[in-house]
Amino acid sequence: MNNTAVFTSEFNRVFKFFLQELKPRGKWLTPFNVISIPIIIAGLIILYFRFVYGLGSVTNLSQDFPWGLWIGFDVVTGVAFAGGSYVVTFVVYVMRNEKYHSIVRVTVLNGLLAYVFYAGALVLDLGRPWHIVNPIIGNSFGYNSVLFLVSWHFLLYMIAMFVEFSPVIAEWAQLEKVRKFLSALTLGAVIFGITLSILHQSGLGALFLMAKPKIHPLWYSEFIPVLFFVSSIYAGLSMIIFEGTISHKVFKHLIGEGSHHHYDEIVLGLAKGAAITMFVYYFFQALLFIHEKRWELINDFWGYWYLVEVIGFVLIPCFMFAYAVRNRNLGLIKVASVMAILGIILNRLNVSVIAFRWYAVDHYYPSWEEIVVTLMVISVEIWVLRWIVTRMPVFRNP
Amino acid sequence: MDRRQFFRTSATAGAAVGAAVLPIRHAKAAGTKENKEFIGVLVDTTRCIGCRSCEVACSITHDNFVPDIKNDNALEQIRDTSDKQWTIVNRFKTEKGDVFVKRQCMHCWQPACVAACLVNAMYKTKEGPVTWNGDKCMGCRFCMVSCPFDIPKAEYHSWNPRIQKCNLCYERLREGKKPACVEACPTDTLMFGPKRELMEIARHRVYSHPDKYVHQIYGENEVGGTGWLYLSAVPFSQIGFRTDLGTTPYPEYTKQFLVSVPLILFGVPALLLGLNELTDRKNKLRESQEWTNPGAENE
Repeated sequence: MNNTAVFTSEFNRVFKFFLQELKPRGKWLTPFNVISIPIIIAGLIILYFRFVYGLGSVTNLSQDFPWGLWIGFDVVTGVAFAGGSYVVTFVVYVMRNEKYHSIVRVTVLNGLLAYVFYAGALVLDLGRPWHIVNPIIGNSFGYNSVLFLVSWHFLLYMIAMFVEFSPVIAEWAQLEKVRKFLSALTLGAVIFGITLSILHQSGLGALFLMAKPKIHPLWYSEFIPVLFFVSSIYAGLSMIIFEGTISHKVFKHLIGEGSHHHYDEIVLGLAKGAAITMFVYYFFQALLFIHEKRWELINDFWGYWYLVEVIGFVLIPCFMFAYAVRNRNLGLIKVASVMAILGIILNRLNVSVIAFRWYAVDHYYPSWEEIVVTLMVISVEIWVLRWIVTRMPVFRNP
Repeated sequence: MDRRQFFRTSATAGAAVGAAVLPIRHAKAAGTKENKEFIGVLVDTTRCIGCRSCEVACSITHDNFVPDIKNDNALEQIRDTSDKQWTIVNRFKTEKGDVFVKRQCMHCWQPACVAACLVNAMYKTKEGPVTWNGDKCMGCRFCMVSCPFDIPKAEYHSWNPRIQKCNLCYERLREGKKPACVEACPTDTLMFGPKRELMEIARHRVYSHPDKYVHQIYGENEVGGTGWLYLSAVPFSQIGFRTDLGTTPYPEYTKQFLVSVPLILFGVPALLLGLNELTDRKNKLRESQEWTNPGAENE
């Protein structure tokens, strides 16, 4: 056989294999399906109205509140939760810590899907999404724009994460040579990906730097980019713990018995990392509090709201993590991770939506359509995640 | 370092270089050496009678909603510009009686909306007007978030929304005409010209009538200077102006971040590659073997 014939037969094999794998497996009437299918259908109907009659037909966006839930939660918050991917690849590939190797694949997959769906939700929010290629193909580069940087880094980082994950796909399609080639690219992709992550995690914060007169001074500071970056570290770590808890229940049959004990050690390590980064973040907030004399602003509704976020959902979960690690209390770690996640949601929504134009008489609140579409995005992401982990070697040890 | 590793290292470095498509361009406005001066409009609010001819002229020129100024009683409430009207006149009750104030895009010297736009759809022309290009805009509305005066307005009820704002009649300027509102103004409230000349006129009015005007020209330094300048008989905070915007051009707030980008883009990969090399267990083993060797020739 000559090379072309080998290639064609191999291509046909992979193609047939792929078609076969596309078919659904398992039971249809699971609780998740029963909830998510109506949400997805409702979301699609809403999106039809959104694209035919404009954003105003389904959202509560206004001239005063140009960015709502779809940006504030889907994009700004969703990307923070995808931060676990760069933290874990850093530890495993750069620092060569083998302890966390078994969670690399699922973390990178979670990160990749989070970017594809949550950052991808940006398309739903753009008024003229068909022009989304403009900053990429080069007919109009707005170098001065933070958003230009963020959009490029989203794109490049998605590619980097795809490269990081691609050996798994090659392994699944049984393409040994391709897998070897792709594995060799991993370190480069990881280093490139970490750099991009630092830049666009902080860049998402930098988006709000020019909104200075519109954001409550307790949430505005010139250090928003640094705060966003540091908090993305523990946001990612908490999300890995949270997702891991769920997938160890749902995908128990895929994970194998032996790794459960080992997994507890991993969770303890992640919780330790989260505790330390949260404390650094809190310390930074405390410095800003003193430096900007924020106590003058603390004695009203916004002041208390700020304390709820910084004390209730940063400092307390931070101590919970630390206490739980010391006492090897995995239950408490899970509670702390949920609180840390809520704290991140609170922080990102405060900056982008809640404390944005805090003085407005008619403040924005999301419409039910916006909430349904957000839930739709999450549901579709979980569908795709489930499809991939039940087929590709994501949980098995590499 | 073997060959494969070398390639890996250089591929990473190459990728980083490839991503470095972000030279920081300083805002174009600052020191252009061209002979053209930025133009603007001086608004003397003491002269305005609230006839709203400017609203009508603006809307007719740009095919927007033309208000029925005789019957709509719009002055009864404080309005904002909208996606249907690029300029509006408000009436404020002050210590010196009713004051009418026209509102529209301020055409900043270094506009936040232009710095925010990632596709150059918002554009500061070299004559001074800030214009919007629908062929480039992707509708992200970052300009609306960034503008300190909340001027850009989106058409939320269109499948193909435009960003609507005053363009200082850029198309008329290129034909050598004045902006439509200036031409329509019956009381000389609006005066069109290069900012330098307008500043001289404004200062002259303040100095020659020191009791009539407050001694501030709004737009001289606000947010780094704007194309539209306002004179007033009462403090500007009483007639709907934000006086807490500062004099820093808004693009400056993101500059610090943008400047640090190349530092991170090159510094971090170098650091990470170095770290990776240092933590290489194979290197560590080799070294420890060499240490235990009795290589005492040097001593």
